[in-house]
Amino acid sequence: MVSIRSIPSTPSSLTYHDLPWIIEHREDRCQLCGRCTSVCPKECLQLTYRRQRMPRLDILQKKRGSDYKTFVGIRQKTDLDHRCIGCGMCSMVCPNEAIGPKPNANDERARFHSYQKLDAAKRGGRRNDRSSLLDQIMFNRISMLTDPALDAGRHEFYLNTILGRILSPEEYLRRKQTGEWIPPTREIFPFIIGSMSFGALSPNMWLGLLQGVAYCNEVLGIPVVMCTGEGGCPPWVLKSKFLKYIILQIASGYFGWDEIIRAIPEMQCEPAAIEIKYGQGAKPGDGGLLMWFKVSQLIARLRGVPQGVDLPSPPVHQTLYSIEESVMKMIQTLSMAWDFKVPVYPKISGSTSAKSVLNNLVRNPYAAALLIDGVDGGTGAAYNISMQATGHPIASNLRECYLDLVAQGKQNEIPLFAAGGVGKNGNVAQNGMALIMLGASGVHIGKYIMQAAAGCLGSEKDRCNVCNVGICPKGITSQNPKLYRRLNPDDVAQRVVDVFSGIRIEMKKIMAPLGRSQCLPIGMSDALGIADKDVADKLQIKYVC
Amino acid sequence: MCRLAMKTASEPFSPYSVLQAMEAMQEGYDGSGLGLLLRGVTFADYKYKSGDPILSGIAHTESALYRLNDYMQDKGFTLKYDHEFDTDFSLVEAKDRHQYFVRVYNTPSSWDSFTQEQIDQELMLTRLALRKNGEENNGDLTVFGFWPDVAIIKEVGWPLTIGDALRLSDNRISSRICMAQGRQNTNYGINLYACHPFFVQGIATMTNGENTAFIPIKEYLSGVHWPGYTGYQSDSEVFAHILHYVIRKLKLPLEAYKHVITPLNSVELSNHPQGDFLKGLRDVCRRLIIDGPNCVMGTLPDETTIMCMDSKKLRPATIGGNPGEWALASEMCGVDAMIPERDKSLDFQPMRENSIIVPPDRKEYKIWSQFDPFPLHQAA
Ligand code: SF4
Ligand code: SF4
Repeated sequence: MVSIRSIPSTPSSLTYHDLPWIIEHREDRCQLCGRCTSVCPKECLQLTYRRQRMPRLDILQKKRGSDYKTFVGIRQKTDLDHRCIGCGMCSMVCPNEAIGPKPNANDERARFHSYQKLDAAKRGGRRNDRSSLLDQIMFNRISMLTDPALDAGRHEFYLNTILGRILSPEEYLRRKQTGEWIPPTREIFPFIIGSMSFGALSPNMWLGLLQGVAYCNEVLGIPVVMCTGEGGCPPWVLKSKFLKYIILQIASGYFGWDEIIRAIPEMQCEPAAIEIKYGQGAKPGDGGLLMWFKVSQLIARLRGVPQGVDLPSPPVHQTLYSIEESVMKMIQTLSMAWDFKVPVYPKISGSTSAKSVLNNLVRNPYAAALLIDGVDGGTGAAYNISMQATGHPIASNLRECYLDLVAQGKQNEIPLFAAGGVGKNGNVAQNGMALIMLGASGVHIGKYIMQAAAGCLGSEKDRCNVCNVGICPKGITSQNPKLYRRLNPDDVAQRVVDVFSGIRIEMKKIMAPLGRSQCLPIGMSDALGIADKDVADKLQIKYVC
Repeated sequence: MCRLAMKTASEPFSPYSVLQAMEAMQEGYDGSGLGLLLRGVTFADYKYKSGDPILSGIAHTESALYRLNDYMQDKGFTLKYDHEFDTDFSLVEAKDRHQYFVRVYNTPSSWDSFTQEQIDQELMLTRLALRKNGEENNGDLTVFGFWPDVAIIKEVGWPLTIGDALRLSDNRISSRICMAQGRQNTNYGINLYACHPFFVQGIATMTNGENTAFIPIKEYLSGVHWPGYTGYQSDSEVFAHILHYVIRKLKLPLEAYKHVITPLNSVELSNHPQGDFLKGLRDVCRRLIIDGPNCVMGTLPDETTIMCMDSKKLRPATIGGNPGEWALASEMCGVDAMIPERDKSLDFQPMRENSIIVPPDRKEYKIWSQFDPFPLHQAA
């Protein structure tokens, strides 16, 4: 008998079937190598001795009985700090397939206990919502009989887009004649590696991405660019010719900008663009956050801060009073810093006020684009509540903005870029092209590229999501050398290259049947259909079923 | 697939000869309609004074015709000549035609003080007003054009049958340029307006393909908020409007048209003497890039003729003829039918980078390549 007082029941005690992931361990296969326990980022495995009954039946003597044996088994820790996150690293390292996490099919009660230590739940990663409107959009204006169809494999396709403010034709000709300033533009691949900072990402991940991007540009001729996110850029990159593939981001914490400004005189080329981050779709109205776990010595030096402290960026640029001022001051100042030769554009989170921001930008001659980031985006660290429930889906937000530009006859002038959930279920080319046909000039991808190029374990089912606390089991988002050495930058680069050449093929496979090859089908909404009447009406595309 | 035939000659000729070329090209098309544009019109029984606006269209009912008369009278136009077609309605497929009209008007005296630009604008607005008038009355009035020197006829059916129905062979109406296109547009409902050639302020084009970039272009042109950029019942109507935009709004030379609709790629432009300017032009006119197979033929008020291809040359075409008369057609046999006696060594099929331009004097045609320097002073 066990005495009642010895049962460990406190208000927050949980059993392992209350947790989102349950570890299964097969004693018959376990060879006691201990690899699983050493690799588990959450330290949720506890090896314990277990006793097992061995039934004994002696048929001749008609006698029954029991023997017992002891073995080493796994006990799953049940406190929230040590809960299993389903990353599956244990099964990845197990030589005998003896262990692995299983999603809990039961109600998981752990969520009721997420408020701990006087704080609300924070996590990195994703929104944990599988549904994706973009996945449901079909391309259905097929030129088949009316025309000799294009051959995706044989014909030449123009897949690039333009980043930078584009004048009206009349104004362009006038300025050309008078020799006035013409806003800078870049011809880039429409799938852009979105802002993931040096700090959020491990050095190996960042290097891998950069290597991959450089290969895409210089060898394959796919002009991919990537954005740094807030947190600066390694000084050697700033002074290298790779800078032209990089969009430098300035956010409200201005982290890393001292280095950038100081490096300007030594820059060999101009950056692809400057992105001013006002908001992030996954946590709109909330600033950036690099938690102390990840503020390593290197990061501290780059950002000019002490080591091991939380680095929250304020939700707004503190020096700014109004949107007009913001647009004027920041866009103009940063344009000026690069002699008006670099496109400068803001990134905002999708919201009902996106349209007013856009209309303000239309009237600013220096604004180069607008990036709208929808609710499905990912983040390195955010409050759970912001991730799950705050924000605006990208499709309708983008579409409204685009149609607003159309009504003003300005859709050629301020290119719109969209982000947030592109490729969340793996359909990156389809999602991106759907947004392009809804009016985007290009899309930013973040989570997708982490998953595809670095094998990020996160999924839209609350798997992993420990990016914020520096224990990324794959070494993608960790600043701990023990972990990030798991990631080989060359392999990441190889995957980046695979991904972009794959996207390029799929883009052609989408464009060829639509009869498009000369120009990215921006705003080609007549090609889109969806089996949802309300969505079709809202997006002004065809309803098909 | 549509068939295109166009003839331009210093001596006026009957449109029927062009319809015979359409017949020669009949194989491979369904003859579901005809659009005919005559420029440099002469009438056998009337001495037409060049510059007087010609109204052309169809009145589907008698009352529509009365309304038309009233409207024109109210606005101060006086009727100078009403060309009467000797119509054989039994040959016309549609049963709701009352009268085809090609009429010459005198502009109101109040216009005397107008600049040419104002006159152009007023002529167009008058046509748009009549079009609207027809639409408001169950489509009983269809007006194709109201412009000096230009008569337009459109009807559903086989081209030659329509020509016979209107007795176009009787030489009572002839012209120095005749553009003909067979077939209704493919992607939308049957609609007379949607039949080529399209026409805005003296600028006309016709084409024989599908323009898959139609929606973005249409949205862009509509956004210009200029009254003439309207309609868009066909995916190729925008070709005429882009030509108008390039020439009249941007005031660029005709050669720029090809650069706008099918720009060279970046690598080609970096090797082009005016690559910097042209790259900029491509970017600012990005929404006007056409996509899909098309041969575009067009004419301008000064009787210049242009022909060019889509950027992959998926729709070829031929020009052939003699100094003073040139035939352009989507099929070789069309050229043969229009000008059988010609120096065939002058025949030419433009490549994807070429524009064929026949100047008003028609002595010879010009093959202009996009790789050639661009004729614009400030661009150099
Ligand atoms: S799945 Fe990951 S978190 Fe869970 S036990 Fe295995 S290694 Fe640890
Ligand atoms: S694998 Fe790393 S980056 Fe991916 S969700 Fe887990 S912690 Fe985040």
